[in-house]
Amino acid sequence: MELYHVELLSAALFAIGIYGVLARRNSVLILISIELMLNAVNINAVAYSAFLDPGRLVGQVITIFVITVAAAEVGLAMAIILRLYRTMSTANADEADSMKW
Amino acid sequence: MDASAVAFSFLAVMVIGGALGVVVTRNVAHAALFLLLSLASVGGVFILLVAEFLALVQILIYGGAITIVLLFALMLTRAEEFTNVRDNPQWAVAAVAALSIFGVLGGVILNNKLDTQELAGPSLEELGTELFTNWVIPFEIASLVLLVALIGAIILARAADGDDGQPSDAQDPSSLTDTDGTPGGRS
Repeated sequence: MELYHVELLSAALFAIGIYGVLARRNSVLILISIELMLNAVNINAVAYSAFLDPGRLVGQVITIFVITVAAAEVGLAMAIILRLYRTMSTANADEADSMKW
Repeated sequence: MDASAVAFSFLAVMVIGGALGVVVTRNVAHAALFLLLSLASVGGVFILLVAEFLALVQILIYGGAITIVLLFALMLTRAEEFTNVRDNPQWAVAAVAALSIFGVLGGVILNNKLDTQELAGPSLEELGTELFTNWVIPFEIASLVLLVALIGAIILARAADGDDGQPSDAQDPSSLTDTDGTPGGRS
C-alpha cells in the first residue's frame, strides 16, 4: 500500500460525492453525498499524516475537527430539511424554488 | 502482495462500491445503508493507516450517529417517491463533471508521487496530549460549534406558534396522525 493508492481512493470517493451532489434531487441524498466528500478529505488528511508528517499528528487532529463539524452539519441540515418539508411539502431541492426569478 | 495490500484492496472496493451504491440506488433507505457500508470501510482504511482512534470515532460517529440521523430525516420527510427516487435531468453532465475531476486529480496524483516515510502513527496518548495542549483552543471552539448547532437545530425544527408541525397541504391526513411528538411537536 503506497501513498498514491490511498490518494487515488480518496479522489475516487470525492468524485462520486460530486456526482451525487449534482445529480440527486432529494436533499437528504445530497447531504449523504456531501458526507462522502468529507470522508474523502479525511482519508487524504490521515494518509498524509501517516506517510509524510514527521510528528504523524496534525492530519489526525484535523480529521477529528472535520468529523466534529460534519456531525454538527448533519444535525443542522436535518432541521433545515424538516423545516423545508413542513413549509413546502417536499424535500426535493429543485422543487423548493419559490425564490426563483 | 503483502497482507496490508490485500486488506487495502478489499477495503477500497468496499468504499467505492458503497459510495457508488449511494449515488445510483433508487431507494433512499438503501442509500443510507450503502453509506454505512462505505463509511465503515473508511474506518478500516484508517486502521491500515495506523489511526486506530480515528477508526473508532469513524464507526461511532458516522456509523452510529450520522447514519441514524439521516435515516430519521428520510422517514420524517416521507419522500412520496421513497423507493423510486428520480435524479435530475442533468445527471449526465454531473457524471462528466465527476469523471473530469477524478481524471484531473488522478493525473496529478500519478505524476507527483511523493517520497514517503515509513508508515507510522501516533499513540493515543500522544494524540490526546497534542489535542489538549497545542490544539486546545480549536478544540474548545469545536465544542462551542456543536453547542450552537444543537441549539440552532432545535429552534429550526420546533414548530412555530400556530403551526401543527404537519405539511401545510398534506395529501393524506390519516397517515400523518402518528407523527405527533416528533420534532415537529412540543414534548
